[in-house]
Amino acid sequence: MKLFIKVERRDSTSIPLTIAVILLSLLIGFCLIAGLLAIQGIDPLFALGKIFAGSFGRIYGIGETITKGIPLILIGGGLALAFRAKFWNIGAEGQLLSGAILSTWIALNWAPHLPAVIVIPLMFLAGFLGGAVWGFFPALFKVRFGVNEVISTLMMNYIIAEFLNMLILGPWRGESRMGFPYTDSFPPSATLYQLPNSRVHLFTLILALCFAFLLFLLIYRTKFGYEVRVIGENRDAARYAGIDFFRNTIILMVISGGMAGMAGVGEVAGIHHHLTYPQMISSGYGYTGIIVAWLAKLNPLLAIISGLFLAGILVGGDAVQISLGLPAATVHVFNGILLFSLIMGDYFLLNRLLITIRRDRAEGRTGGV
Amino acid sequence: MKKILSLKMEGITKAFPGVIANRGICLSIHSGEILGLLGENGAGKTTLMNILYGLYRPDEGTILINGEPVVLNSPRDSIRMGIGMVHQHFMLIQNHTVAENITLGYKDAPFFFPLREVEKKLKGFSELYGLEVSARKAVWQLSAGEQQRVEIIKALFRGAHLLILDEPTSVLTPPETADLFEILKRMAKEGHSIIFISHKLEEILTLCNRVVVLRKGEVVGEADTREVDKVALARMMVGRDIVFDLTRKKLTPGDPVLEVDNLTVRGDRGEVAVRELSFSVCRREILGVAGISGNGQRELVEAITGLRPADSGTVRVAGRDVTNSSARLISDYGVSHVPEERIKFGVVPNIMVYENCILKRHHRPPFFRGLFLDYDAVKEHSSRILKSFKVAAPSTSVPVKNLSGGNIQKLILGRELAGEPCLLVAAHPTYGLDVGATEYIRTQLLEHRERGISVLLISEDLEEIFQLSDRIAVMFKGEFMGVIPAGEVNMEDIGLMMAGSKRLEARGK
Ligand SMILES: Nc1ncnc2c1ncn2[C@@H]1O[C@H](COP(=O)(O)OP(=O)(O)OP(=O)(O)O)[C@@H](O)[C@H]1O
Ligand SMILES: [Mg+2]
Repeated sequence: MKLFIKVERRDSTSIPLTIAVILLSLLIGFCLIAGLLAIQGIDPLFALGKIFAGSFGRIYGIGETITKGIPLILIGGGLALAFRAKFWNIGAEGQLLSGAILSTWIALNWAPHLPAVIVIPLMFLAGFLGGAVWGFFPALFKVRFGVNEVISTLMMNYIIAEFLNMLILGPWRGESRMGFPYTDSFPPSATLYQLPNSRVHLFTLILALCFAFLLFLLIYRTKFGYEVRVIGENRDAARYAGIDFFRNTIILMVISGGMAGMAGVGEVAGIHHHLTYPQMISSGYGYTGIIVAWLAKLNPLLAIISGLFLAGILVGGDAVQISLGLPAATVHVFNGILLFSLIMGDYFLLNRLLITIRRDRAEGRTGGV
Repeated sequence: MKKILSLKMEGITKAFPGVIANRGICLSIHSGEILGLLGENGAGKTTLMNILYGLYRPDEGTILINGEPVVLNSPRDSIRMGIGMVHQHFMLIQNHTVAENITLGYKDAPFFFPLREVEKKLKGFSELYGLEVSARKAVWQLSAGEQQRVEIIKALFRGAHLLILDEPTSVLTPPETADLFEILKRMAKEGHSIIFISHKLEEILTLCNRVVVLRKGEVVGEADTREVDKVALARMMVGRDIVFDLTRKKLTPGDPVLEVDNLTVRGDRGEVAVRELSFSVCRREILGVAGISGNGQRELVEAITGLRPADSGTVRVAGRDVTNSSARLISDYGVSHVPEERIKFGVVPNIMVYENCILKRHHRPPFFRGLFLDYDAVKEHSSRILKSFKVAAPSTSVPVKNLSGGNIQKLILGRELAGEPCLLVAAHPTYGLDVGATEYIRTQLLEHRERGISVLLISEDLEEIFQLSDRIAVMFKGEFMGVIPAGEVNMEDIGLMMAGSKRLEARGK
């Protein structure tokens, strides 16, 4: 008796199947994480329990989850758009920082003289612009010179991070900071209202939800979204249909970068109220956003759910990190494992696994998974 | 591996959401036989062969090789059993060389320097069957005929005894088809069995020993090819008589719609593909461009439709200079285009049928209004196209990739004609269509001609050229060997012109 395992393309996929596969992949991901914890000598159930208790269990945890969900929803939506066109934007991290920098400039220079109703929109506009510029260049390099966007967007992350370091260590270092690498605190007109007992900056949250909806409309209902999807699915057909690859790529990266830029504004105006080290401004949101977009099946509305989910893991991860004394990178390892199992899940969504038990030469029983 | 002496498919049934592609199909073939598989677009031929090749699992039915039941769960199983398949659309890796493509998936290749061994074996096949290809060329440099040969060799390398060819000739030039038939006959003589799918009845009649006809997923007839003729086969296939002769009304052509003057275009490798070409097509006129493909037809079409820059010369549409204008502008001026490579250019396989129906017109009313696309209008438009062009699809909300090859072609044609264009540039419009659909499309082209559009028809099918064209141009090495009213020229002259050994001028000029 022999066991054979085969892979076959699925004829079709259905929504229940998609949900089942996503849940199953997450389950497998968590099992792997549990295994990893067990190896470290930590009771996995206890630790995973702590993660969820930390992020979704207490009021404070929920607040933190939403707080971290805000940039993830914004970035995930923007990346969903870029990935639709198969433009692999790995640079949301840099686009976020770029937005944070430009809006900080507004906060430091204009905010003291103007009321919040003017400053806040201006800051978000500046943030969008900053992110957009940082998204624009890789797009231009791609359509003009054929530079691979994975490399260019990734490199741009380092450039802006070092530029930010230079600013806060040099010209922008606050006079009142006694040598610490922070800018001065933003004036009150440049800070966002936080919900009581939390750090949830309401304005950005509403903005993120609105933009998720707008991006959804953009992708599924507009001419631009249609063209983006055609470009992503078949570049040759897009050319045949007279769809402008140059223009659409530039626009979509301006939007995608702008979304990340606004996330950056939320972080500085809503939480920190000053500009500081890159890793303080963003705990890897630009990269986690990739998982958010992927988990949402490149649908900005679903990115609200997946964004909050991954935020929960980040918050819970922080909790276990502190209470169990795990290294700081642990959360990222968890995220990596989850992304990995989700991508594996995608594979099984498209393909069917056949397990065959053969007794004689030809007789067989098959079961599909 | 044992030889396949006989193969039987019994009671094969396969359903997809919304359609039953195969329904209780029985089929048998034995060693040395060439079996033709015939059927309308969407009859289930490709599906049946994909089952045999292990790509799909049948819902019901068994497959017997040499009398014993086998389970084919993947192409690996089928290849191990000695079944090889050349798909309707090529599956070669364009940037790799021939030898590299063959080595991929060739399990006996040695670990070190596999290419050397492959090249040696390749020579053997070339001599045995007359399959000639140069091993070191990259696939993108090959003509369709050569790519076909590579696919066949790939199957032979993997030890195929039974070879399935899904519409192999629809992309071949007539001499390439003749070569292919020579090769296949030699293979049959060596004991191979061959299943051959084609919509061209003459091909089935000249090549095959036996033919099985499918309709709507069922076997509706089987015959010895010595005992049937074209008309009988066509009737078996569509269940009614097909008109092989169309009547073309005499019309007086109107003003010129397309004017090409001194046009020079370069090909992919920088060579001059179209050389100082001048011609015009008028309203109510079909200009047929005959010629073996690869003589600049593709470049000419692409230059006219804005997909390729012209080196020099001008293209005018309805009096407007559109030389080197964008594809969108030219399409907005009323130029429709049925592209040569339909899957690659004509559709977006992963998006819905209705979304594909507005490709090229998605940016204009009635589909695009204000900010948003009007999906109600889009869906209505697409159901209209499906209905009037008899595209078989479960609904408009399925991805185009689920449609059969011929139905995709009908969809493209329907879409391109639905825009009421002033000029239709149609490259091989009836490639891969069954006789019924071919008849329908040709009538449609003639009807649109009567309504006043002009058509630039590129085809290798001389029958089609003669049936449809008012004037015939023969293209050879980027030039026209003459543009002649259809009544003043015969097949023989056209053949000579296609080979470049004769030039003709229109009389009275
Ligand atoms: N993967 C699939 N999912 C859903 N439906 C499918 C799929 N593949 C084929 N079909 C449907 O099954 C039917 C048979 O298709 P098939 O490709 O076998 O036709 P065919 O005889 O090869 O036609 P053609 O001559 O046009 O190539 C069609 O109606 C098609 O829409
Ligand atoms: Mg087919």
